[in-house]
Amino acid sequence: MFDGLQDKLQGVFRRIKGEGRVSEEVLRAALREIRMALLEADVNFRLVKSFVERLEERALGEEVLRSLTPDQQVVKIVRDELIRLLGEAGSELQVEGRPSVVMLCGLQGSGKTTTAGKLALRLKKRGRHPLLVAGDLQRAAAVEQLRQVGEGVGVPVVTPEGDESVLAVAERGLSVARDRGHDVLLVDTAGRLHVDERLMAEIRALSELLQPTETLFVADAMTGQDAVSSAKEFAAALPLTGVVLTKLDGDTRGGAALSIRNVAEVPIRFVGVGERAEELELFDPERMASRILGMGDVLSLIEKAEQGLDKAETERLAKRMARDEFTLEDLRDHLKQLRKLGPLAGILEMLPKAGPLRGLDPSAIDEGQLVRVQAMIDSMTPTERRKPQILNASRRRRIARGSGTRVQDINQLIKQYRAMRKMMKGMKKGWMKKAFGG
Amino acid sequence: MSDRDILELAPESRLPEEEGAGKGFWSKLKKGLSMTHHELLERVDAAVEGRGVIDEETLEYLEESLIGADLGVEASLEIVQAVRDRARGYEAKDPTRLRTMLADEIAVLLLDAPQPHRRPPGPRVTLVVGVNGVGKTTSIAKLARRSLDEGDSVLLVAADTFRAAAVEQIALWGERLGVDVVRQAQGSDPAAVVYDGLQAARARAIDHVIVDTAGRLHTKKNLMAELEKIRRVVDREAPDRHCLTLLVLDATTGQNGITQAQEFTRAVRVDAALLAKIDGTAKGGVAVAVARELRLPVLYLGVGEGAEDLVDFRPREFAAALVA
Repeated sequence: MFDGLQDKLQGVFRRIKGEGRVSEEVLRAALREIRMALLEADVNFRLVKSFVERLEERALGEEVLRSLTPDQQVVKIVRDELIRLLGEAGSELQVEGRPSVVMLCGLQGSGKTTTAGKLALRLKKRGRHPLLVAGDLQRAAAVEQLRQVGEGVGVPVVTPEGDESVLAVAERGLSVARDRGHDVLLVDTAGRLHVDERLMAEIRALSELLQPTETLFVADAMTGQDAVSSAKEFAAALPLTGVVLTKLDGDTRGGAALSIRNVAEVPIRFVGVGERAEELELFDPERMASRILGMGDVLSLIEKAEQGLDKAETERLAKRMARDEFTLEDLRDHLKQLRKLGPLAGILEMLPKAGPLRGLDPSAIDEGQLVRVQAMIDSMTPTERRKPQILNASRRRRIARGSGTRVQDINQLIKQYRAMRKMMKGMKKGWMKKAFGG
Repeated sequence: MSDRDILELAPESRLPEEEGAGKGFWSKLKKGLSMTHHELLERVDAAVEGRGVIDEETLEYLEESLIGADLGVEASLEIVQAVRDRARGYEAKDPTRLRTMLADEIAVLLLDAPQPHRRPPGPRVTLVVGVNGVGKTTSIAKLARRSLDEGDSVLLVAADTFRAAAVEQIALWGERLGVDVVRQAQGSDPAAVVYDGLQAARARAIDHVIVDTAGRLHTKKNLMAELEKIRRVVDREAPDRHCLTLLVLDATTGQNGITQAQEFTRAVRVDAALLAKIDGTAKGGVAVAVARELRLPVLYLGVGEGAEDLVDFRPREFAAALVA
């Protein structure tokens, strides 16, 4: 896919290595690369234009021209500027009133109903008692979808009765919330085009009736240049208090975030990172900036590792590695730990693609291989795991049958294990200490 | 923008007068596209106005217009370069020819893709795939309606067994259209539902089987493998049926549409695309980028939420409208 911007800038600046200073011409080439990177990331072209102009002023005047590492300098300026434009970090929903109303709005298919479920769960975890209202009477089975989503997160849903209008069901939602002591009313609405006057009038009326404390614009992170028009219209029609950016678990660069933030002029509050109800996170402008620039999401990776890995276990394994006692059993434990982080391809996706990982294709990673290795080790006896040298032909046949693999696979595993041991011996001799700072 | 404008640009793409129903597809397309492309028209006009020849500034302006329509940087640069080359010739004398040249270049990219039959003879099956929220189920309703109108018998297969109420959604459409829907409980194996559907279709001699699949981000490897399995079931159980795999693209999608098309193609051999939600302000230029990159033709445009809101994609027309 896309190469990181840093990678490209390195190429641009490599030409002048040794000259000691950066010419304006080279800097302009760098700015062109930045422009391309932002456009490829779907940042609105007008925004890109003003962005690059501002950058040019800053960079031409500044330290870049004299810097020894101009590529890093430029990337830093770009990233800082992006972070600034992306605005503040996400924040939890403000729920003060009794009940306070949270309304979702957006185009068709942006992920409103899924987000409604996620927000309901999040509020519940904060000790709130949300009530969902099914306000999408347009799309077939949308009410049923919200009913099931509510059931999934254990939050009741008010659904329309008979041929109740959107306003009527919302009003009933309010009174149900009051009667039953719900403190937050979460209103899902129908997806609508910002050019659909009838439906835009409807949602304005809904907003006037409910007087929501929070009105969130739900937007697909894969949106292209048109993100500005829809965000602008929704922001003009409704008192928006925030944006939810959905489907960020894909590989989109998400430049729409910048466009939307810029025209809607409200903070991006949450990001949707999966289909499950708990896969909603607070927006982080630094991560988003790195993502738009194709610099990888190292922060997410670190966070994931911290959540997923058992620290004591990791340290124990590291020690065993260092002491050259690493058995097949340890290898299996190690793999188990690794797999807790989720799909490997997902992990690789978060790493910067510049530098040593350039050209790595995360989709080429064979997740099944990890499962097979684990199955093979599981099919061994404890003695075999500790002393793989006793694995003769008949033992290998048994293990292959037990794990649903072939004898060749077992041979391969043992070969790899030996190579690993050998490598670890090498590491012991010092470079590991050097590489990882002890 | 008047109709004259579009037709002048690409007279060869003039549509046949409306057959039948009053608010038919020309008026729909025109409405959709005129809303879509008004802004672009103004900007191209502004670029052309008052200039005797096509200069670099104008070309840069055009490049921006194309990027602004989601054609992507590469395709936009390539198209503008082609115009630049042609502008060196005699055509350069007249900047009003610029739009025609642009439309031509875009049309070339769109026409380069192989055009599969919309309605091949014999029984057929359409596998509808795409990422979440692009409008697969609504598009299926439209395809079903189209086939019914053409006199074919239709069977819908609810193979999105993952998303909450997806089965109910397509079942409701089935009811509205008077078409049977083969379904199982939510959470069942989608390939098994497809198997059932194909068996039922054979027993009832159904002309057109349309399979709804769960939305999936193309980065989810296991879900893409599930799709491969569905495709295998189709190939094995209905070798006699002409199979069309249709990728639904959201017109509002940006450059990620290219990756979507690549990954889905890798998994299930996508034959064509349906560009949905073209009735907003999004220009849907990603379809051009996709056609250029993967030679994936666009077959249909989705222009509204009703079952009748489907029009055949016409490359020349679309190209003209993109820059009109």
